[in-house]
Amino acid sequence: MNWLRLQVRAAGRAARQMLRQPFNTLLAAVVVGIAAALPATGYMLLGNLQRLAGHVSAAPEVSVFMQPGIPAQALRDAEKAIRARAAQARVELVTRDAALARFRANDALADILDALPDNPFTDAFIVRPRDADAQALEALRSDLAKLPDVEHVQLDSDWARRLDAAIALGRQALFMLAGVLGLGLVAVTFNTIRLQLLTQRDEIEVSRLLGATDAWIRRPFHWFGTLQGLLGGALAGLLTLAAGRMLSQPVAELAGLYSLEFVLRPLSALDWTALLSVCALLGWLGASASVRRHLSRIA
Amino acid sequence: MIRFEQVTKRYPGGHTALERVDVDIARGEMVVVTGHSGAGKSTLLKLLAVMERPTEGRVCVGGEDVSSLRRAALPYWRRSIGLIMQDQRLLFDRSAFDNVMLPLSISGHAPREASHRVHAAMERVGLAGREKAMPVELSGGEQQRLTIARAIVNRPQILLADEPTAHLDDAYARDIAELFRSFNEAGVTVLLTTHDGGLFSRYASRGLTLAHGQLQ
Repeated sequence: MNWLRLQVRAAGRAARQMLRQPFNTLLAAVVVGIAAALPATGYMLLGNLQRLAGHVSAAPEVSVFMQPGIPAQALRDAEKAIRARAAQARVELVTRDAALARFRANDALADILDALPDNPFTDAFIVRPRDADAQALEALRSDLAKLPDVEHVQLDSDWARRLDAAIALGRQALFMLAGVLGLGLVAVTFNTIRLQLLTQRDEIEVSRLLGATDAWIRRPFHWFGTLQGLLGGALAGLLTLAAGRMLSQPVAELAGLYSLEFVLRPLSALDWTALLSVCALLGWLGASASVRRHLSRIA
Repeated sequence: MIRFEQVTKRYPGGHTALERVDVDIARGEMVVVTGHSGAGKSTLLKLLAVMERPTEGRVCVGGEDVSSLRRAALPYWRRSIGLIMQDQRLLFDRSAFDNVMLPLSISGHAPREASHRVHAAMERVGLAGREKAMPVELSGGEQQRLTIARAIVNRPQILLADEPTAHLDDAYARDIAELFRSFNEAGVTVLLTTHDGGLFSRYASRGLTLAHGQLQ
């Protein structure tokens, strides 16, 4: 008999055993599901936050605001001077008219701009240096501030970089949480299988008398743990989906207040596959450890 | 075919169940072992099924010393014998069909063939039509028949039965004895123990009596 057929039969025996105790099976799956849902939901939210952060540039930008009403020649001289000081950077001129048009495109700001008697913007240069080193950026900012006709120089990327750092920290915390809950999941399966071994003690003893090998006895318990993990993983996925659905409307409204169109994305097919695989693997690990520890005690 | 050579079995605590027992059983024999409680009858069968190992001596089957089989080889030996324990060891949360199916699942038979064999075994012991019954729904005699069906479903060449008629009334006991005779007539070597030697004396090729662990 080939390996696959043995596995399929063992999985069938495990599934039948689960169906014989539907309440216990469901309860264990709920425990596993909740344990897995926490990091899964965190992962989904973090992924969306990262996507939101991607909407704004985390690359360093230096905005050079010129004094109001300077002549075109002075603007050209300033551009030359900026390019000379930031040779490796991309320099973009945003005229006051272009700035006004950009802000007018935003409905919420259009009304405010209409209420003003004149264009409130000044001509500005957006400088995007290749060197993101904090000291180099500060030096450049200071250098550009000394140019003639420059009103104000602003380093724009700090908050985006802080957000990136916060996301990285969140990811680390999420990995730690997932690790701890993963251990909990293994422990839950370990205990479930221990109880299963006790419940099926008679069957194990009889099976041994009838010629069952240790592998034949172990196999359905491994599958039991794996199937329980899969069931819990599926439940975790559904809980995450439900959490996403519940949060999507408030998040969309919040994003609207910042003039952003943002839809909370649920777990992707790849995420689902990873979630189910990890839960199944942890279930198998718990079952394997439990069977190894407890089966030898059954004569 | 089966040979006990100077077999002694002492249990932890010092109780000697068997003392220097020599027995030869030829292929196709039906040997009935009688004796009082604690005489060592069950130990004799347990040694042959390698549920116990002899303290001294050896148990050979077909020239092979089964008493020194490695743990990994034991399951394959047990699949080749039919074993009927005194306490039956039925699974009470499984149907009669599933109980008889268990040895075939263990030995990896294809489901269709296994199902066919289960029906045949149950018919052989007079339980045709009772496949879906749970063991608790069966009478004592029927439960014993179910145990026998489970033991013969793998078509073993050797059948070991420990007190197969214990707790059965005379009519049921006679039916069971007839069953063993029919298996023996079909070529199966039968070794059974009983406290009621009279019942099987008509069918046995040979009778052995154990007293205090020694053959009389």
